[in-house]
Amino acid sequence: MSRYTSATPADRAEMLATIGVDSVADLFEQVPEPLRLNRPLALEQGLGEAEVYERLAALAERNSDAEEQVCFLGAGMYDHYVPAIVDAITQRSEFLTPYTPYQPEISQGGLQAMFEFQTMMSELTALPVSTAGLYEGPSSVASAGYLAIGATGRRRFVVSRGLHPHSRETLTTYSQGYDAEIAEVGLEDGATDATALAAAVDDDTAAVFLQSPNFLGAVEDVEALGAAAKEHGALLIVAVDAMTLGVLRPPGECGADVALGEGQPLGNRLDFGGPSFGFFCGTEELMRKMPGRIAGETDDVDGRRGFVLALQTREQHIRREKATHNICTAQALNALAATVHLAWLGREGFRELGELLVRRTAYARERLAALDGIEPLHGAPVVREFAVRLDAPVDRVLERCAERGIAAGYPLGRDYSEYEDGLLIAITERRSREQVDALAEALGAAVAAECGDFPIHNSGKSPQTKPQPPQTQEIG
Amino acid sequence: MAEANYPDDLLYHDQHDWARLEGDDHAVFGITWYAQDSLGEVVFYDPPEVGATVDKDSSYAEVESVKAVSDVIAPMSGEVIEVNDALTDTPEKINEDPYGGGWLIKVKLAQPSEAEALHDAAEYRKLLEND
Repeated sequence: MSRYTSATPADRAEMLATIGVDSVADLFEQVPEPLRLNRPLALEQGLGEAEVYERLAALAERNSDAEEQVCFLGAGMYDHYVPAIVDAITQRSEFLTPYTPYQPEISQGGLQAMFEFQTMMSELTALPVSTAGLYEGPSSVASAGYLAIGATGRRRFVVSRGLHPHSRETLTTYSQGYDAEIAEVGLEDGATDATALAAAVDDDTAAVFLQSPNFLGAVEDVEALGAAAKEHGALLIVAVDAMTLGVLRPPGECGADVALGEGQPLGNRLDFGGPSFGFFCGTEELMRKMPGRIAGETDDVDGRRGFVLALQTREQHIRREKATHNICTAQALNALAATVHLAWLGREGFRELGELLVRRTAYARERLAALDGIEPLHGAPVVREFAVRLDAPVDRVLERCAERGIAAGYPLGRDYSEYEDGLLIAITERRSREQVDALAEALGAAVAAECGDFPIHNSGKSPQTKPQPPQTQEIG
Repeated sequence: MAEANYPDDLLYHDQHDWARLEGDDHAVFGITWYAQDSLGEVVFYDPPEVGATVDKDSSYAEVESVKAVSDVIAPMSGEVIEVNDALTDTPEKINEDPYGGGWLIKVKLAQPSEAEALHDAAEYRKLLEND
């Protein structure tokens, strides 16, 4: 009967005899006749191990990855260089193999790694408290919503449309359970519409959600936008890309009560979309409402430095229905990769990397904007990602670029109906100037070719309104 | 307060809370020596808002110790008219002086007659012995 378990006909006969029925079919007598399938499942015949290997290898062959293509994809996950030391340390069995530590204090090394991670994230965000990490970016955003409800007693969120679409979706899903209402605020020249935001925030608002740089790559004026939240006693929750914090002002200095984000760009490769981790930092006032584990530093009875899990009373294994968070996964290994990456870069290196991203991205933005049929989608300042509009169908252009081994970017129309002609392009330190030039050439040629095929596309746009390409600007 | 102590001028709820009646329709609430001893070192007190309603036998606040977070049960119903703000900075007063500096809230009682259902000190002591 089963190909995978070892019940022989003799075993089955013995089991049936013990139960006291004549056949397996008799076992299912209780299931009403019309609900029974009465035939084997329509599955293919099994294959031998070697044949399975060939089949799966052929399927795997059809995948393409960031090592094979020149990758300008971003949209939340980025192709940064991960140094070998990250693997050397994260693959040590002490870090790689343990399951969630139910007696955490016995694993001092693990707790110390969490503590170092928290210290780094706290310094990067300029907020005093950091958790040991969460599942990923979007669920961190949703958890911040829960925190805001607990802290304010209100159930309304004002959310920038620049917040990652996955984060907005996750927050929307959770909000059904929270019984919370969401008001979305649109974008104006790439950045959150400040007037609309100020109008949307009221005295029932629990939190304002921003992302900087936002999904279109635009650096938001977090402090100015956040003023509306402060005025109405709402929390200011800012999703940040930690990789940009070497050059951007940290959210804690811009009035953020909570700063969080997707951690993948730090030390974690693209890996077909995960696993990654989320980080979550906040003010001391919010400490007892923060989701997830927190490692703390202390002294043992002999006065030696040691580490503990602190504030565990917020956690699900102690508080159950009153826990601040109900996902066990801290993604400690992924957070460790971030810690090693940041330590490898060092304070100076981290800033220099940020400056390099700004310069190279500015070069790419100018280079592409100079091409016929391509213009900047917005003029807001950016760090390592920017958006353009194409005078040709984006999917067709991307196909043409892919034929030349270039993943030219992310089509914004997937998430933003108002940007059907939009393309989001990410530049990491792995993208050389030569590769950017190759992108410009491929994209220019593809747009020219597709423009000819579809002359009506974007006919509403007049040349007079074409925005000027932004000037290169050195930061830091 | 190292030794068990249950003053005679208080009324006790079997969830280890006390009420001190003041005038006809006011009372002060707190947790008993037994409760704070079971919790261990209290590190945080999350009080209700002034003006909030508390219901007899329901939770009105949370007390966090190094071991656990516990709900605090109201011995009587009413409206919160004052909370002990000093506990924000010195929650350990709940351990050191549970009937004095460690008081939690003052309430304007909705039904002063609820007092009849509460235990006196002798009954409460007996309750603890049988636990």
